[in-house]
Amino acid sequence: MSTFLLLRHREIPNLDQLDVYRQHGGFEAFQKAITTLQPKEVTDEVKASGLRGRGGAGFPTGMKWSFIDNNNWPHYVVANADESEPGTFKDREIMEGNPYQFLEGVMICAYAVQAQSAYIYLRGEFWQLAAELDKRIQALEAAGLLGDNILGTNFSLRLYTHLGAGAYICGEETALLESLEGKLGQPRLRPPFPPSYGLYGKPTIVNNVETLTNVPLIVARGAKWYKTMGTERSPGTKIFSLCGQVNKPGNYELPLGTTFRELIFTHGGGLKDGRKVKAIMPAGASSSIIVATEEALDTPMDYENTQKVGSVLGSASVIVIDDSVSMEWVINKTLHFFKHESCGKCTPCREGTYWMMHISDRISRGQANEEDLETLNDVALNIQGKCLCALGEFSTMAVVTGIERFKSDFELRLAQNANPESPETVLAAVD
Amino acid sequence: MAQLISLMIDDKPVKVPEGTLIVNAAKKVGIDIPVFCYHPKMEPVGMCRMCLVEIGRPQIDRETRKPVLDEQGNPVIQFGPKLETACTTPVSEGMVVMGMSDKVKKGRQDILEFLLTSHPLDCPICDKGGECPLQNLTMEHGPGVSRFLYDEKMHLAKHYPLGDLILLDRERCIQCGRCVRFQDEIVGEPVIGFEQRGRSLQIETFSDPGFDSYYSGNTTDICPVGALTTTDFRFGARPWELKPVASVCSQCPVGCNITYNIRREARAGGRYVIKRVLPRQHEEVNEIWICDKARFAGYQYAESPERLTRPMLRRNGELVESSWDEALQVVAERFKAATGGLVTYAGGRLSNEDLFNLKQLTEGLKGQAILKSSIGGGVLVAQMGVAKGTDLGKLGAGDAILVIASDLQEEAPIWWLRVKQAADRGATLIVVNPRQTRLDRFATHTLRYDYGSETATVLAMINALESKKTRLPDWLAKYRPNRFQTAAAKAFAGAKNGIILFGQEGMDLPRSQELALACANLLFLTDHLGSPNNGLIGVWESANTQGAWDMGFRPSTELKEMFSSARAVYVVAADPAGDDPSLADALEQSEFVVVQELFLTSTARLADVVLPVTAQPEREGTYTTGERRVQRFFPAIPAPGGVIPDYEIAARIGERSGLKMENRAASLVFAQLAARVSDYEGLSYRSLAETHEQWPIIGRDDLYYGGTAYENTQGLGVQLMPSSQKRKIFQVNWQEPPVRVSGKGLLGVPITRLYDRGATVTPSRSLASRVPGPFILVNETTAQKLDMHNDAPVQLMLAGSAYSAMLRVDTAVPESVVLVPRSLGIPLSELQPVDIRVAETTPA
Repeated sequence: MSTFLLLRHREIPNLDQLDVYRQHGGFEAFQKAITTLQPKEVTDEVKASGLRGRGGAGFPTGMKWSFIDNNNWPHYVVANADESEPGTFKDREIMEGNPYQFLEGVMICAYAVQAQSAYIYLRGEFWQLAAELDKRIQALEAAGLLGDNILGTNFSLRLYTHLGAGAYICGEETALLESLEGKLGQPRLRPPFPPSYGLYGKPTIVNNVETLTNVPLIVARGAKWYKTMGTERSPGTKIFSLCGQVNKPGNYELPLGTTFRELIFTHGGGLKDGRKVKAIMPAGASSSIIVATEEALDTPMDYENTQKVGSVLGSASVIVIDDSVSMEWVINKTLHFFKHESCGKCTPCREGTYWMMHISDRISRGQANEEDLETLNDVALNIQGKCLCALGEFSTMAVVTGIERFKSDFELRLAQNANPESPETVLAAVD
Repeated sequence: MAQLISLMIDDKPVKVPEGTLIVNAAKKVGIDIPVFCYHPKMEPVGMCRMCLVEIGRPQIDRETRKPVLDEQGNPVIQFGPKLETACTTPVSEGMVVMGMSDKVKKGRQDILEFLLTSHPLDCPICDKGGECPLQNLTMEHGPGVSRFLYDEKMHLAKHYPLGDLILLDRERCIQCGRCVRFQDEIVGEPVIGFEQRGRSLQIETFSDPGFDSYYSGNTTDICPVGALTTTDFRFGARPWELKPVASVCSQCPVGCNITYNIRREARAGGRYVIKRVLPRQHEEVNEIWICDKARFAGYQYAESPERLTRPMLRRNGELVESSWDEALQVVAERFKAATGGLVTYAGGRLSNEDLFNLKQLTEGLKGQAILKSSIGGGVLVAQMGVAKGTDLGKLGAGDAILVIASDLQEEAPIWWLRVKQAADRGATLIVVNPRQTRLDRFATHTLRYDYGSETATVLAMINALESKKTRLPDWLAKYRPNRFQTAAAKAFAGAKNGIILFGQEGMDLPRSQELALACANLLFLTDHLGSPNNGLIGVWESANTQGAWDMGFRPSTELKEMFSSARAVYVVAADPAGDDPSLADALEQSEFVVVQELFLTSTARLADVVLPVTAQPEREGTYTTGERRVQRFFPAIPAPGGVIPDYEIAARIGERSGLKMENRAASLVFAQLAARVSDYEGLSYRSLAETHEQWPIIGRDDLYYGGTAYENTQGLGVQLMPSSQKRKIFQVNWQEPPVRVSGKGLLGVPITRLYDRGATVTPSRSLASRVPGPFILVNETTAQKLDMHNDAPVQLMLAGSAYSAMLRVDTAVPESVVLVPRSLGIPLSELQPVDIRVAETTPA
């Protein structure tokens, strides 16, 4: 068996060429689906595979497809290629190296929900990638794999790329749809969810790039085969975007359930200069920060077990933080990010991220005391459970867990503030 | 009828229709769930998070699908881990809502703490202070102190003009989006929106000129903070100093219910002045909205220093001030001497009481009562108008509205809004007009015709009807329908309810008379008569044109002859000499001219006697709307010394001429009127003052819910029944238009613009920049043919005279047509050949 399901281009040269991709079984799954399977059979197969959304929420993909409202037409498929979580860079590699497998996944999904138009929503910085994808879409049209009555069937499909304008929130599926419609990127009220009310108010499936890239293999080789990888409730492989203070950052495609230790030390080459892992953020800036105990390092990375160490797997952008870093600094960075990216639609997130960033800045500048730290924690807790979408909630994760689990980092900073002559304070002022 | 759902809110049992949102269910039983972004007239968005409550739902057994019961046999209620928004969650059976739990109280406090972080807290100088939802809800639910450091506050623009009329204070804004959603959802003109994001999210206008909408003022009513203010009221007064006085807008036939806010002011010598105009709720007329003309032009004329306050008599060729006694004596003597030769020419801004007395006086002296109107059909509207119980707000799927010969937004903005919303709810909207208007966007059927052919279009639609109630007369046969007319006619015929609004576009008296007849035929043949939400509505040029018809005034096409041959002309609330120079000449020839007016108009300048009158906000009376609803207005401010209401002047003249007339009070005149005018039988000031509960509940303590519009406590008025049940096909004599549009010449067409130079509009300070000078509209092709460009100064040649105007290019105008707005100084009153020349000088 090949090492890779998704990053196959690492083994097969020129897989981004249509003929090469087809030589290696490309578009057989699509052909099989549209010529031999009913749309529902495709959905059922994906459902049976246990594939879960790779964008972060881990929602069962086949289940989502089965929610499409068949009393309202047309249907749309939207590939979420916004890839905006800090520390995530997996979709980009898929789309650059193995684009046809991704596009085939989009096409199979479109067939499964009988959509005639599918959109690929890319973050604005991916403009070169979008241009490449456009060429590949043209190649597919030229090859008769896209267009009207594909391969002599009744199925017609067209793909379009669309660039965002630089907003983290547009990775949230309803904000993405708003943006795709040409409106301000702000999340919609849910319910209704996109499978009943999506793009232009029509039933829509929004799936992450990595999720869709799994689909051709599931259709080609079957759900049973797919379930042989990963864990029972989190089957398949996952691309872990490893970054932070490790020797070999990068994308690692591993079965779900691989431990943090294996990822960081076996694949990621461990840490520099004999540093120790202090903390792990497994879901980018949105993570609850995991204290890197021995037990935590041995935790399997899947949707269930990550929760046991007080975090979530999310998009699996694993940020490794070593013992030279103060968590006070880390949450200050995340707060600057969330304040900048809050869409401003709902009160707690708009006002709360702004407020938290200012308190955190004061802590960093040495202008804060114990009470400010308490306020920071309290503001974060007051945001929780009150926001319109998940962004506001995410903005508090690092803050609350950082203060709870690494209190000494903050206390040290406050103590330095109280004693401005200490060498650490001078150092802090330098960075 | 939707199924009723039972639930508990704060231990109170509630039964409401399926689909009701929790916040509204609570409001119905008197429980206040605080909101900022939610507004009962708009779709919920759940942005502000103020309405968070705890919601429990009966636990359902997965196998039996039945509620799980506890030991006592009560359903087990499961509460979610998070608070939920009451404004977005519909009720469900057995739901338990807790709006007073500690968790909820803490949630509200947290949200208010967030909202107040960067809020300026400049309540002591804020216009909204005293009627501010944020202020009120902070007092009730908010934290006493802020933990937010003042130095970290976001500083933003304090006086950002969104347009000429509305200013935005970006620091006060809490980003609830009510204003943005009002313009988008309710008006359909998204000229303002959000830009930027996060804490920098702010309101911006996207139109040029800024905030280009006739409905902009309403956003200041529903703004839950002092972010949006109007230029007329800004920093003008504190809300608690103001007294409300109920009134009805005098600017158009919709009859929007309004409230004048008044207070005593030093600049007025300690007398009461009007500080602002706010909507007064009337769900069947204007809901809680008014247009900007009502808000900004509705009263400012009354304060004009140009007001007449002394009667004037012509002595030795000069108008000189006189006493009332002397002036009335002169008028009475001359009128009496002119018995049989008196022409009373009255405008539709007069009240029913004025018109009734004027009619009594005129009849008593065997004169003629003439209405100033270029639109006919008022008698038909009285006979075949919409029946009692009509509410455009109730029309929706299955109903049809036909709007013909009307640029409705310019002629009656709130009708436009209500028709547009009926279309939003699924009503079939048929727009029949020679050019595109702002209503077309919402139309199901759009029919075009050449100017002058509106009546032929309706007759063709009649011919297209499938099942005919009665055999059509032969004269109809020549009007052949095209497929668009056929489709529209069928849609109208098939509708459950059908209303026709006919307007002022290109209309003169004879043409509109015929159009009204044709429309009445269509309503008769499609069975859309005699019941609520069915019938004919005239989009009249004045607030009480319908009342004037009902009081017996009739327009005339023979004005010139009438004036020049009259022994006495009595001009009330009209300015014929200003409207048309040829009428000035005719008046010069008449023996005796009396003008009863607010201002020294062109007609007043050539009068023999000028009598000054009270303005509408200074007196009481009634108007009858185009939907034939009789509504009262009340005195708000004291009249300047020396002026008298129109009905009283008429009565005093009558008495001095030997007639018995009522001059003591408007209510007594109305009592006489109700006894003599059969349609008004049984009405009294008391019955007009009756109210019933309206939904949504607004204007009480809960300003946060509906905005600052006033609750209606002074009367909803009474809608009249159509007077005639006689049903037949009227003979219609359609006249071909004078010039075929395809011909070589140019056809001048009178149209109506909302902001014109009418006597009560020009003095408005707020609208000054929006009221244009004389202009005409042509399309590009016509402009090219004329070798003229947009914004070129031109001279319009009309019946031998030249009028200066600016030429504007508008794509919607048909070729070879010149649109001439009324009341902007060019006296075009009918379809007429015109010519355009290059102007030697720019018009002033």
